[in-house]
Amino acid sequence: MARTLVNVPKVAKQGEVVEIKAMIAHPMETGYRIGPNGSNIARDIIRRFTCTYNGEEVFSADLFPAVSANPFIAFTLVATTSGTIDFTWTDDAGKTQTASATITVN
Amino acid sequence: MHALWRLAAVAVAAVCGIVSAAGIEDGEKRSGFDFMAPATQALQADDMSNPGMLWVLQGEQLWQQAQGRADVACSGCHNDARQTMRGVAARYPAFDAATGRPIDLAGRINSCRAERQQAEPLAPESDALLALTAYVTHQSRGMPITPATDARLARFRDNGRRLFQSRIGQLDLSCASCHDDNWGKRLGGSVIPQAHPTGYPLYRLEWQTVGSLQRRLRNCMIGVRAEPFAFGAAELVDLELHLMDRARGLLIETPAVRP
Amino acid sequence: MHEDPLRAYAGLVGRRQFLRAGMTGLLVISLPRWAVARPSLDEAIRTFTGGANVLDGRVRLDLPPLVENGNAVGITVVAESPMTEDDHVRRIAVFNEKNPEANVVVFHLRPRSGHAMVSTRIRLATSQVVVAVAEMSDGSFWSSRASAIVTLAACIEDLS
Repeated sequence: MARTLVNVPKVAKQGEVVEIKAMIAHPMETGYRIGPNGSNIARDIIRRFTCTYNGEEVFSADLFPAVSANPFIAFTLVATTSGTIDFTWTDDAGKTQTASATITVN
Repeated sequence: MHALWRLAAVAVAAVCGIVSAAGIEDGEKRSGFDFMAPATQALQADDMSNPGMLWVLQGEQLWQQAQGRADVACSGCHNDARQTMRGVAARYPAFDAATGRPIDLAGRINSCRAERQQAEPLAPESDALLALTAYVTHQSRGMPITPATDARLARFRDNGRRLFQSRIGQLDLSCASCHDDNWGKRLGGSVIPQAHPTGYPLYRLEWQTVGSLQRRLRNCMIGVRAEPFAFGAAELVDLELHLMDRARGLLIETPAVRP
Repeated sequence: MHEDPLRAYAGLVGRRQFLRAGMTGLLVISLPRWAVARPSLDEAIRTFTGGANVLDGRVRLDLPPLVENGNAVGITVVAESPMTEDDHVRRIAVFNEKNPEANVVVFHLRPRSGHAMVSTRIRLATSQVVVAVAEMSDGSFWSSRASAIVTLAACIEDLS
């Protein structure tokens, strides 16, 4: 079950700069923690976040263990045309989770 | 070793100023929200950045998923939670006739799973149980806590009050020692809140995840070096009954954020 | 529950300062691999910029000066830029002084970002300096630094 929360304005004026917020449930295990048996807890983090707007990549981020659990990222985009904004999170194992939202531009 | 603990207890007692017994006066009742830094308050206030909302959203999905041998979803009986669950959490724990004991919301969800869905119980602190509990409680957000008036709950609530006031652990502190008598003062860098369970399940920054009131109560017991009650223990539900009575009138905040 | 490594790390810093007084030899033995291996704040920034000169200004890092819990510290970075094809911010990177790793996050922006403004939540193991560096489309680098005092929670969970 994808556990993501994205916020994209439903409607925007052409050329308007809109704020986007994206969050995903993930422990962002740093790899520096010690488990109860004294051994290291293996690193498991979201390594990369990308946002595409009608298929074109418009924003991305490289994440390190210092990003908090359940990573939250807010950024801005210029509303150009109506369409779909897609979000992809990729973890250390290369596994991806996605979310998407539509925006109407007039 | 024993002498060392005695020394530690004396030190903590000195810091807390245990001799004062102010308690919480009428009109002074305040949610833990009020004691937080503005940045932490902002985190809770915006649903788009409150990480607890991830669990609420998961709960919304689980509510509609058929479960167990009965192949029925929560929504199969209870329909739209936004209507049917509104106000429910504000009056929990409730009296459970089947066991003759109070039951908390997570307990009710698991008993529903067993009886109606014929499904395995969800583990304490599992994401699924926290998500469903958070989703149901979220339907009461903004509503005042109004404990159930069922007379059969009285003796369990009394037991909860007794537990709240009983000194425990190697530090020999009761819940009341800090949260009635010394709220608003500092323990290390943290302000001691009044310990009202207004926002559970809540996202605690210390946990980096959502957790239940029982997890928090067990934390406190470990904090005073006492043997914590097990998850699901009757004592923890009795304590919750007392805490909800004590918090009467405060508004449900689920999912709250706390440091 | 597991021991929180960040907290363990925070404790380590105090120990380090203590040991520095006269037990330097022991210090090296007692530190975990990563605590010795991590590049300094300046080294990490140099790696990001490729050694280019980093100027003060044009970018602002907002970081709360007093943090209740270092596990989630909200930050916002804003860079002054028209965000046009000819003149925009390419990357904004955030670095820390005292975590086990110096890198925090690198954002990749485009003219279509509209504004050069990003927010996220980061972990701070202890009180320290955080630096944001913006790379402009003309290849120049600009930075802003801020520091935060991180308080520790009074009641932490058991380690069993």
